[in-house]
Parts: sequence; structure tokens; C-alpha cells
Amino acid sequence: MAGNPVIALRRWLSVSPHPRIFSRPMAKSSPRPKKSKPARSAPATRSKSAPRGDGARTRRTRLPDADTVWSMYRKMVEIRSFEEHVWDVYTRGLMPGLAHLYIGEEAVAVGACTALRTDDYITSTHRGHGHCLAKGARLEGMMAEIMGKEAGYCRGKGGSMHIADMSVGNLGANGIVGGSFGIATGAALSAKLRKTDQVAVCFFGDGAANQGILMEAANMAVIWNLPVIYLCENNQYGEHTPFEAVTGVKEIVDRAKGFGMDGERVDGADVLAVLEVIRRAVDKARKGGGPTFVEAVTYRFKGHHVGDAAGYRTKEELAWWMDNKDPIQLLARDMLKAGVATDEQLLAVQEQVEVEVIAAVEFAREAPYPAPEQAFEDVYS
Amino acid sequence: MTATATAKPTREITFREAICEAMAEEMRRDEAVILIGEDVGKSGGIFKCSEGLWAEFGSNRVIDAPIAEEGYVGLSVGAAMTGMRPIAELMFGDFALLTMDQLVNQAAKIRYMTGGQCKVSLTVRLSMGAGRSSAAQHSQSLHALFAHIPGLKVAIPSCPRDAKGLLKSAIRDDNPVLFFEDKLMYNDLGEVPEQEYLIPLGQADIKRPGSDVTLVATSSMVGLSLEAAEVLAAEGIEAEVVDVRCLYPLDADTIVASAKKTGYAIVIDEGAARYGITGELASVIQERAFDWLDGPVLRIAAADVPIPFSPVLELPTIPDVARVVDAVRSLRG
Ligand SMILES: Cc1ncc(C[n+]2csc(CCOP(=O)(O)OP(=O)(O)O)c2C)c(N)n1
Ligand SMILES: [Mg+2]
Repeated sequence: MAGNPVIALRRWLSVSPHPRIFSRPMAKSSPRPKKSKPARSAPATRSKSAPRGDGARTRRTRLPDADTVWSMYRKMVEIRSFEEHVWDVYTRGLMPGLAHLYIGEEAVAVGACTALRTDDYITSTHRGHGHCLAKGARLEGMMAEIMGKEAGYCRGKGGSMHIADMSVGNLGANGIVGGSFGIATGAALSAKLRKTDQVAVCFFGDGAANQGILMEAANMAVIWNLPVIYLCENNQYGEHTPFEAVTGVKEIVDRAKGFGMDGERVDGADVLAVLEVIRRAVDKARKGGGPTFVEAVTYRFKGHHVGDAAGYRTKEELAWWMDNKDPIQLLARDMLKAGVATDEQLLAVQEQVEVEVIAAVEFAREAPYPAPEQAFEDVYS
Repeated sequence: MTATATAKPTREITFREAICEAMAEEMRRDEAVILIGEDVGKSGGIFKCSEGLWAEFGSNRVIDAPIAEEGYVGLSVGAAMTGMRPIAELMFGDFALLTMDQLVNQAAKIRYMTGGQCKVSLTVRLSMGAGRSSAAQHSQSLHALFAHIPGLKVAIPSCPRDAKGLLKSAIRDDNPVLFFEDKLMYNDLGEVPEQEYLIPLGQADIKRPGSDVTLVATSSMVGLSLEAAEVLAAEGIEAEVVDVRCLYPLDADTIVASAKKTGYAIVIDEGAARYGITGELASVIQERAFDWLDGPVLRIAAADVPIPFSPVLELPTIPDVARVVDAVRSLRG
């Protein structure tokens, strides 16, 4: 990136060379794509003309303090860059198994985890790299795990879908859709019984929202007033199926009422809005106010996993989300507007992050595989 | 190692009381131990195994759960991963089938999948066994399903003394342990030491020494085998009864040594015959004791049908003393 950094940034934004941090330039205002899917009723906080998924968007006039904003920006860029490199590592045949990428959804994990302390808990999903990084996982350990190396978080036993980092309260991603409702709620029960003021955040998808154990766990969270936040990442699809086709409510947050729980719906592309909503829920939970259900409306910019061409959605739909709902670009715009950042500074962060991620890839490539005998370790403690 | 080789003072209590004492002692000893299940609180449980615990420990530690087995077992897994030692009670073992994802996909694997980052210090107590006219959904003995799963431990005691000592070990264990209690044994009386004691998981116990045939049995089948041994003794056949006590870890050495000594082995278990415990143990014996055996290793187990309701139908589907005696006679005849 020699020469004028601003020009370099713009080029990076628009032509998206490898590494493809920003997938396409953000249009000033593009028309909402014509969709075949049923329209949904708008919540009170949303104007009639707002596009699908532009949830309870509440733009702040004032940003949080500069440190927080910068660290959220950096973390989102880190996740984006990491995921682009996972794509690359996958397509170059450097990793075994599958990878579900979080590109486009970064604001949910980063907004939520920014509201948490290190000793708070999260549970993650098969699409979990973003959650793990946002909760404080190191790039090297993540990439090494994804490549099945000894230096990985799980010493090569878990891979992309099972990264956990108990030292920072990350109780693990889960290969079972809906598999962590019990674990997150149990961690909240444990926090309450141990009389700590820890809080647990359970990330799950729109698809997982249809698993029965959600109702069981949520009910217990309500009757026992547990410090847990159920954070539904409604990215519009479960694998290839649009959520409307398999979900009996127009907005998943509507289920909160049935659980007897407070519910909030938030624009999942707006990291500031996510931060605000989760902060409120966390404060409430810490003070003994019990659980909250949050639906973050978001979109995945890539297929279900690397290699899924996503033929089940239109190019126009994808383009609309990428143009209007890229969480990194939205925050960058706010930062520029508020004078918190300059183009040069934003670019510098991207460059630093890129260097770090490339170093992590190199570290992981060179790291040794575990000894085969380790297959027999850690079955029992 | 025999069950009665202790000179220390004992007293007679029921199997139920042994379970209750084990939980109470462990809850007194360690604040992290909690009990969660349906009706376990003030009412003391439908089998009365937690009588008095709610009064002593309060509703924060003796927790009445909603009827949501997958949910509260799932919560127990999460609590176990974060510093608690939950005991989850499933009133009927049949209901464990609703919790399979939590136990098999989550509890059994989380430590392994995360490279040893956590411990799942969870005990699941569940009842088993037919013979109460409870029909096919309240009578199953499903321990083989769990013994099949790497990451789980399975204890299956046969008497009050073992129940208490094994349950205390299970609660202290840092792994998920499934603890199977035969419903028909809750009222059985047995000698239990006055003083505190533990029985480690993974030690079989010779409940009756003998020289002529080995009866390898689990849970209530141990009592049945002891009865059969009395009948056989009258015929001059001395049966050795080996109580397996734990399906995993399995004390294969004790079982195999006994089979080598007597030259004949029969495995008796109340689970269904096919692909079950009896087949597994018969296999272990023949693999390691083949050259010492004077006949095939026989299996006696529940019939390959769902458990029927009417006693006339139900009783023939589960092992009885006559079948054990006949099997021994057929081997030695
Ligand atoms: C119990 C279970 N059923 C099905 C699957 C296969 N599967 C993996 S991801 C997925 C879609 C999940 O959708 P959602 O919860 O919306 O999460 P997203 O992939 O959109 O992030 C499915 C069906 C699974 N892993 N586990
Ligand atoms: Mg989805």
C-alpha cells in the first residue's frame, strides 16, 4: 500500500483485491431490491419505506468514547480480514473440514462482546469465528485450530466449529444448531448460584430459533431470573431456506413475549445500536433483572459455508445488503462524520490488522500437527 | 475385594436412604453440589430419594425443575462447565431419551472437542428396570446406550452400600457420570458402614465366591444371581457372582479372572439382549479368557420386545432365577 493512503483506501474499498476486506463500495442510496419473499410488518421504530431487515435502527447522534469506537472498528476489521483469509486458506486446500464465514455479521458479535467483561460468558455457533475473536481469542490460536494444528485453541480436536477459549469466558462454538441454549443458561444459573454478577450471552441463528430447547431454556431463565441474553442473529437464512418459510412469526423477537421475557429488535449492521441494546440487557441482568431476548437483523455476505454458491438468493438482494448494510462501512462513515477518524487512520488500522492476520496464517501453516497419540487424550479428565 | 470384608460398624438402611445420604453428605461437603429435577424439592421426589434435602439445603440447591428434561440437563451441563457439580435427576430412565443431545453431543464431548479446556462435573441419576406394570415407556433399562459413548461414565449399583459409595464418587468425579438405580430396589435393605466411605468408579465386586461357574451381573440382576447361586449350591454347584458395578470404567480384570478360574461364564443384565451389555461383556470374556473356558459364554437379558403392561406378559420378558439356574445346568450338563 505505497503512495497516497487515501487513494489506496478508496481503491481497496472499490476494487476489492486480495485480501478482500471490503467486498464492494457502499452506494449512497440504492433502491430496495424487489423480493419474492413475503414482506414483513414494520415495527414501530421502523419507517414504512425501510428495507427488509432494517430492524429497530436507532442511530445515535453521539458516538461512545473514542477508545470504544476504535476498538470496535478494529475488531470488526479483524474479523472481516480473518474470515477473508479463512476463505483463502480453504480454497487453497490448507485446512481440512468446512468453514462457515461471518462476513457481513461482524457488528453483532463486536457490539455484544463490547458490552461484556472478560469473565462474562458467551456460547457460540457453527458460524463462530467472529464471536470468538470478539470475546478476545488470539488470531494465531484461531487459525491454528482451523488448520488442525497442536497450537490451536482445541489442540486440533475441535476445528472451525468448536473453538472455545474458557480463559475469556468463551464456552465454545457448537456443531449442533441450538446446541448451546442449555449451556449458556446453565452458565447463567451457575453465576447466580455462585453469587457472581457474571452474565451469559447465547448467540444463535434464525434457524436455531426453531429448536425446542430454546423454549425450555428460556422458560427456566425467566422462572429463575437468570442473567442470560439470548441473541438471535437473524441473517435471513438457515442454510438454504429463508427464515420466513420455516418460522411462524414475522419477527423472531415476537417469541420473547411468549417466554415471559423482554424482547428487543436491533439493526445487526449497526454496531452502535447492538452495543446499546446489549449494554442495557447486560446492566439489567447484572442487577438481577433477569434475561432478555434480542433479535439482531443481519445478513451473511457469503454462502452458508465456503463453497456454497448461494443460488437460493438473488444477486440484487445480496447487493442491496452489501451496499447498504456493511457494518464496517457504516461505522467508518459515522467515525468520519463525527471527526473521530480520518481516512488515513482507518486505513492504517486495516493495514495493521492485515499484517497481523497474515502473520497468524503463516504461524498456523508452520505450526506442527498434534502427535497422533493425542487422539486418546482428554476424553476424560 | 468383598463387600463385607469390613469390621467397621454398619447399620441397615434402604437403597433409597443410601442414595439420599450420599447426596446429603456431598452437599454438606461441597457448596457446588446441587440437585435439580422434577419434584425433587419439598416433595422429596416421586421415589423419595431426596427426602429432607430441600429442608436442609433450600431451594437454591435443591431445585424443582420444569418438565423439560433436555432443558434442565442442558443447564446442568453449562453449570458443570462453570464451577458447579450438579446432580440431575431424571425420574424415569426412559426420559433420558429426551436429553440425548445434551448428554451425548454436549456433555460427553465438550472437554475433548475443546482440547481439555473444561471439566463437565455432572452426575445424572436415573431409574431403570421393569416389573412394575409400567409398560414400555416407564420400564426400560437403557444403560447400554450411554456405556456406548466415549466421554461418559456409567455406574449401576446393586445394593445400598455400593449405591452410597459409588454415588459419592460419581458426584466428586470431574466427568459426566450416569448413575442407574433400579426402581424395584429402592426399598431393599442392606448393611452400610456408619463411617464415611467411597467406592471408586471402575471396580467390580465379587458378591459371592465360587469355583464352578461365573455369573457376571448388573444392578438387580446381582440379587437374582445370588438367589440362583443358592439354588445351585443345593445341587453342589458353587457359582461365583461378580457385580460389574460400573460399565465404564469397566473392571474387565476382575470379570476375566473369575471366568478363567471357573471355566464357565454367564452374563446377566436387564437391558435388551441385542447389541447390549451382555453381548459386550461376553465378548470381553471370550477375547481374554478363551483358552480357559470350557463352554460358550451365555447371555441372559430382557427379551427383544418393548416391555408389555400386563404382568402375565411382562414377567416373561425379563430375566428370572429359573433362567439363570437352567442356563448353568445347560452349561455343566
Ligand atoms: C441439530 C442440527 N441440525 C442441522 C444441522 C445442519 N446445519 C448446520 S448450520 C444449519 C443452518 C443453521 O441456520 P441458522 O441457525 O440460521 O444459522 P446460520 O447458519 O444462518 O448462521 C444447519 C441446518 C446441524 N448442524 N445441527
Ligand atoms: Mg441464519
